[in-house]
Amino acid sequence: MQAPPGELRRALGRAEARRKWRAFALTVPLLVFLLLTLLVPIVALLQRAVENPEVANALPRTVRALDGWNRKEAPAPAAFAAIAADLAQLPDSSDAGALARRLNTEIAGARSLVMGTFRALPIAGTPEEVKARMLELDPRWGEAPYWQAIAKNGSRWTPDYLLASVDLRRDVAGEIERMPADQRAFAGILLRTFQISAVVTFFCLLLAYPLAWWLSTLPARKANVLMILVLVPFWTSILVRVAAWIVLLQSEGLVNRGLMGIGLTDHPLALLFNRTGVIIAMVHILLPFMILPLYSVMKSVPPTYLRAAVSLGSSPLAAFFRVYVPQTYPGIGAGALLVFILAIGYYVTPALLGGADDQMLSYYIARYTNVEINWGMACALGAVLLVATLLLYAVYRRIGKAELSLG
Amino acid sequence: MKKTFLACIVAASFALPALAQQQLTVVNFGGANANAQKKAYYEPYEKTGTKIIPVEYNGEQAKIKAMVETKKVTWDVVEVESPDAVRGCDEGLFEKLDYSKIGSKADFLPAAVTDCGVGLFVWSTVMAYNGEKLKTAPTSWADFWDVKKIPGKRGMRKGARYNLEFALMADGVKPADVYKVLATKEGADRAFKKLTELKPNIQWWEAGAQPPQFLVAGDVVLTTVYNGRIDAANREGRDLKIYWPGGIYDLDYLVIPKGAPNKEASLKYIQFTMQPANQAVYAQSIAYGPTNTKALASLSPKVLADLPTSAANAKDALQFSVGFWADQGEALEKRFASWATQ
Repeated sequence: MQAPPGELRRALGRAEARRKWRAFALTVPLLVFLLLTLLVPIVALLQRAVENPEVANALPRTVRALDGWNRKEAPAPAAFAAIAADLAQLPDSSDAGALARRLNTEIAGARSLVMGTFRALPIAGTPEEVKARMLELDPRWGEAPYWQAIAKNGSRWTPDYLLASVDLRRDVAGEIERMPADQRAFAGILLRTFQISAVVTFFCLLLAYPLAWWLSTLPARKANVLMILVLVPFWTSILVRVAAWIVLLQSEGLVNRGLMGIGLTDHPLALLFNRTGVIIAMVHILLPFMILPLYSVMKSVPPTYLRAAVSLGSSPLAAFFRVYVPQTYPGIGAGALLVFILAIGYYVTPALLGGADDQMLSYYIARYTNVEINWGMACALGAVLLVATLLLYAVYRRIGKAELSLG
Repeated sequence: MKKTFLACIVAASFALPALAQQQLTVVNFGGANANAQKKAYYEPYEKTGTKIIPVEYNGEQAKIKAMVETKKVTWDVVEVESPDAVRGCDEGLFEKLDYSKIGSKADFLPAAVTDCGVGLFVWSTVMAYNGEKLKTAPTSWADFWDVKKIPGKRGMRKGARYNLEFALMADGVKPADVYKVLATKEGADRAFKKLTELKPNIQWWEAGAQPPQFLVAGDVVLTTVYNGRIDAANREGRDLKIYWPGGIYDLDYLVIPKGAPNKEASLKYIQFTMQPANQAVYAQSIAYGPTNTKALASLSPKVLADLPTSAANAKDALQFSVGFWADQGEALEKRFASWATQ
């Protein structure tokens, strides 16, 4: 029995399609996992960075009453009556707390103003009476900046967090301007984050390249044993390694004693709680991420090329730099990118080994998340870090012109 | 044999509900303080039949906020710092406390009584130095700034809190006026300007365990530090000394997160921690002051000498202003970040 040829082709086609679907089905768990753990949180983060529901939810009447206000002096009594009515309508004191927190990030002091008034409720009477009562309660109600903060945040969405994360703000009229000098911080911190990461990447490359090259020339047995030495610290907790660096680098630590012992310096060097300590520890922690990609690329470079170049009359040094190094560019690229991107997000190491001016952006993200509980600001800073990293990656792709995978 | 074993299991599984103990998850800041709480509160309280499950955290209010917002509260009693106690209460993260179930308010320090949190102990941020190494002891906060009189690095907490207060005191502001001055723009400018003078000589610390290590290692000659950490180091044989005047004292509070499952049992536990006898045991284990004033009477002069609440030590101290920092904290911390960059 032989099937007609057309049917065979169809059967083959069906089998092929089934195989494709099965292959795709195998990747489904990973895709779902990525969607849930990567894309959804990123979208939520970006949304939180522009969300501004507190004032719009809590003070709808006040926002309407402030519509058309000249934003220069305290508003008309109607606005006072509106805010007293709005506060009285809040279902729970936690809503007043959320409002107070939101306004306090806009103007310091608004927290006590709002909560103090909320606790003094009810305030009833004609708008004029309400105004008088509120001013008596807290004379700050007569000051325009608190009202400006309310009027400015009447909308559900705000660019303020994102603006603040690059040291900009909206003035009373809504025009974008620079932050006052004593509140400018994040642009400098972002720059510092990139600087530290670049320096760390540079030193990692400097240290890892010769080591990876040496490892790649060794016979497999020896290379594997030495690779374990590279990997053991890689598996040790970061905190343990940071603590070890504190012991080594402190002013009466091993390094300083050694330096003084051999007479290189007569007083202990400041190696800790400054930029030096941060960079030393970060280079140490990130070194394996540079060694591994370099090693895997170098393993695949045939040693015959170098020998051929030398036998054709090149000096060994020129042969190394003109023949060997270009063949390891993919490894350098992958390692540098990996180290740089990991370094950008560093938080614990600078927090424990750095001074007040060595903190990277993640430190402030953690601070706004955990201490200030200003999640809008934390998300905006996170978004800035994300965008900056993506931009950098795009630039790298353009310059490198090579398809690059981190694997 | 096998049958008896099986029967035992069956019997045990029936008996289990009867054995099921009341459990409370009590959250603390870890370290020597957690050990002192274990000795004074957890262990004696477990004898009354409630199992205490201690959990350590780092004061991250984000965790409590996440629990309360998702209505999955697994913590029963949490130790929080004063600004968080007030702020969390305002924002509805904590249950309001029924003081009739805790004790007589009159026995407690006035600052210990708040709507949502009851003060568990008093601690202080003070100036300290290593008695073995430093010949000239500091006699004022101006000395902390005087690197000619006492050469060497100064340890300070990374951040604006406490440092601005100390800066103003070093600049001649009386403790009683510190927050009045700091609340004005000129006052804040003055504090940051004073801090700038000392900037090249500051070694910043992040965790409370660091400053005693700095002193012992000789990295700094003077440092700001939580007084309990100095006490803990001295119990290990060090000779670290505290300069008490100008210390900034504050309370840590016990709170119940909103929606916590065992509210009544938690209140009973809090009531237990506020009894003078138990607080006295605590104060003997770590140099933090009791909040029940009746506990002081049973303490020996030797223990009192190290407590921030004893008359001699509290004389020129400054009470940390929760209200001021709740209002100004975020702006001042940001200004500090900006100042550090310059």
